[in-house]
Amino acid sequence: MSTSRRILRLRVNGQPREVLARDADTLLDVLREQLGLTGSKRGCDLGTCGCCTVQIDGEPQLACLTLAAEVGEREVTTVEALRDGEEFAPLQQAWAAAGASQCGFCTPGFLMTTDWLLREKPDCNREQMREALAGNLCRCTGYVKILDAVERCTRSQGACPSEK
Amino acid sequence: MSDYRSTVGQRLPLIDSMEKVSGQGTYIEDMSFPDMLYARMVRSSESHAVVEQVDFAAAAEIEGYVAGLAPGEAGTGIHFGVLPISEDETPLPAPKALHSGCIVAAVAAESERAAREAALRVEVRYSVLDPVVRPRDALRETDHPLHPTTVAGTNLHKAVDQEFGDVDGAFAEAATVASGEFRFDGINHGFTEPIGCIAVPEANGRMSLYSATQVPHYLHRALAKVLEMPMHRIRVFKPLVGGGFGGKSDPFPHEMVAALLARKTGRPVKIIFDRDEVFLNHHGRHPTEYRIRVAADGDGRLLGLDSHSRIDGGAWGSFGVVTTYYNGVLSQGPYRIPAFRYSGRRVYTNKPASGAMRGHGAVNARFALETCLDEVAEQLRLDPFDLRAQNALPPNTTTLNHLRITSTGFLECLQQVRERSGWERKFRQLPHGRGIGLGCGFYISGSALPIHRTRTPQSTVHVKIDVDGGVTIHSMAADIGQGSDTMLAQCVAEAMGVSMDRCRVFARDTDTAPLDLGSYSSRVTFMAGNAALRAGEAIRRKLHKACARLTGLRADDFLRGANETYVHRDDDSVRVPYADALREALADNGALIAKGIYRAPKLGGSFKGSGAGLSPSYSYQAFVAEVEVDEETGQVRVDKVWAAHDCGKALNRLAVEGQIEGSVHMGLGQALSEQLVFLNNGQLQNGSLLDYKIPAPPDTPEIEAIVVESNDPEGPLGAKECGEGALAPIIPAVANAIHDAVGVRMHEVPMTPERVFKALEKKRRAEEKLRAGS
Repeated sequence: MSTSRRILRLRVNGQPREVLARDADTLLDVLREQLGLTGSKRGCDLGTCGCCTVQIDGEPQLACLTLAAEVGEREVTTVEALRDGEEFAPLQQAWAAAGASQCGFCTPGFLMTTDWLLREKPDCNREQMREALAGNLCRCTGYVKILDAVERCTRSQGACPSEK
Repeated sequence: MSDYRSTVGQRLPLIDSMEKVSGQGTYIEDMSFPDMLYARMVRSSESHAVVEQVDFAAAAEIEGYVAGLAPGEAGTGIHFGVLPISEDETPLPAPKALHSGCIVAAVAAESERAAREAALRVEVRYSVLDPVVRPRDALRETDHPLHPTTVAGTNLHKAVDQEFGDVDGAFAEAATVASGEFRFDGINHGFTEPIGCIAVPEANGRMSLYSATQVPHYLHRALAKVLEMPMHRIRVFKPLVGGGFGGKSDPFPHEMVAALLARKTGRPVKIIFDRDEVFLNHHGRHPTEYRIRVAADGDGRLLGLDSHSRIDGGAWGSFGVVTTYYNGVLSQGPYRIPAFRYSGRRVYTNKPASGAMRGHGAVNARFALETCLDEVAEQLRLDPFDLRAQNALPPNTTTLNHLRITSTGFLECLQQVRERSGWERKFRQLPHGRGIGLGCGFYISGSALPIHRTRTPQSTVHVKIDVDGGVTIHSMAADIGQGSDTMLAQCVAEAMGVSMDRCRVFARDTDTAPLDLGSYSSRVTFMAGNAALRAGEAIRRKLHKACARLTGLRADDFLRGANETYVHRDDDSVRVPYADALREALADNGALIAKGIYRAPKLGGSFKGSGAGLSPSYSYQAFVAEVEVDEETGQVRVDKVWAAHDCGKALNRLAVEGQIEGSVHMGLGQALSEQLVFLNNGQLQNGSLLDYKIPAPPDTPEIEAIVVESNDPEGPLGAKECGEGALAPIIPAVANAIHDAVGVRMHEVPMTPERVFKALEKKRRAEEKLRAGS
């Protein structure tokens, strides 16, 4: 296979990272295979399940549909960065306490969308949560406990993750 | 008296939840091994064909290509399958490809990309045969049956015929009969984690297989058969599994292919399916045609049930024999049915295989029955709740087909949803276009009859405690997200009277775990939970003996006390902390080790098929759905669901609610939007999550999970299943609500806008005709 490779300089979870990537490599390929950040999951590789959701400059994006080469200088944030050392983010704690993860495979993607949502709309109601999370599929929970977890983190209920 | 504080009934987060929210949890795709190869499957372009030749020449030119595996090579033609009565799968065609997209060969390469590229260049020559696509065609005689084991030269896989009581008499004396012909499309489990595995040939000649599986034990057995190696030379390891729902409960060809390629190359081999390959692997819910008649007397007492199913098995047997039985026998609850006839036919067709999926075998039949019951109620002008309540199976009884009924919370389920949904002021009273409907259910808590007839217990749990005071639990119950590891820890901690924090669950590795049959048939809490309790109790007895040595009092007089102490029955000032008891128990003894087992009691009759549907206990459900139907478009919107489920005892309320809510969600998918669509040649048309529509957050209503506890006499601490039974009732609840809303009975599932619209059109035409005639 004669696919050309080039060096890409990315900013991932606050660190400068250098990777050797093919033009066709997606951000998900690079995160998982080169940087060892396997928290972002590959559920479909077609942008239909949301399991690979990361943030680029704070906005949720599907890493499986984003070419690594087009990320450029923008800041990439993955689920691994939600936790600060030993300290889990309030959102992560709420997720566990509410029973929002069953098999857990969709969890990282949901967390990355939710983290953004709570920054944008710290007072969101359940309908707004449903709309904002429309691109994330979960097959275990029926979304009830996911919305419960998000609700625990709204401004009226407790710590908002953006204020961490 | 003991002041022990139990965790039973609390809202406990899963013990692995921090792993999952941190992104650290390791699933199969996250694993790798030094010197690992990547394999890709070469898939059949034909629905039915003899594979004449596989040529790797062009593939071998790809840089990084290492090896190919073709039909005819060692092990590729050995038959395996989850049920010993229909072991009809082979790792590669031997010699026929039986559905479009089935695995016909494989290549291994240094990188995933090289393997992908190489697989595209493998040339396969087929000798094409006519595919059998429609189930009715599969019942005809043929020169080319899909399997040599089919019945009488047709493609019939399994026939079940059962009759109890005077069925014809029941229908003859009935005041009312409701009947219908129903059609159900096939549906897929839709777990978010694609299937995958890694085979590692160990330096000592053993083979390890890491796989996203629900059934490590059955996989272990199948590998031993295909590799022709004794089981002790094979290790199966289950990492975190990203959902299963029955879709990871068979041993699969790709698992065999990985092991065969690993043996051939001497290197680890990884296979991860693309999403479309998950759909092709399938083994999901059977496409089903169901014919049913229900007879009742003038008071609404059920007199008889007569049903017939024709189920489309696709290419392989899988769990299909069980499915064929379950489509009938599980209709014997939650109602008393005095006369019962059922015939089931499962056929092979050239499509991806059907198999077990959440609510296995009971879902489609349940829809037909619950729809007819609604009709009976309508004909007799009875309330659907009253009709069901008056026919409820009482506790401690036996059905016609010898199912032993012990605990039942069915009446309480009915009462709960009736009150909470506001039924009295809504049913037949909501404005046109809005409706409310009831659907009920009944499901097994594990199959009492094991798949392999041995005297080995169905579950064994080992517990080990060493100087650190941590409690190590070994089991092969497979946590697939439902929380079985948490349940095991809770049962052991409960039995020992210690904190769950001490517990470490290793339910992943056949090298260290005792036998457990795995996660299917809603068996884990009931069976592995009982085994875990007994193991914990055995450890506690040892600790009580240590308490006796320390105090000079009798071991039997110690009880579990608060804060991890053992306290004397008659004098609560006599307390021995767990740490002291453990130190004494370990002295001169080393680690404390104990096991607990569970084996289902002997149940059932002696007629043919009497083992099917037997369970040590059953769960019960009553669900109500409130819907809105758009008559212009046929679109159905479910606004709210009330779901009452009798789980015996909620060991962990958070987990039980989660199972109910998840089941409702999955049932709503089947009810409204999920369907596998096939071309006339048997090719799957919509194998992607774009075209196969799983409900997303905006499509999913609020679900009120209502936990009903009947305290089962044999369940662990009173518990029984909650993972599967809660799926079936929502589908007829929606259908009955549609009828309440707009007056049409839906006989096809999913109830897509198109189908609802057509039903409405038919009703309009009939009404017009009536008007014109009058």
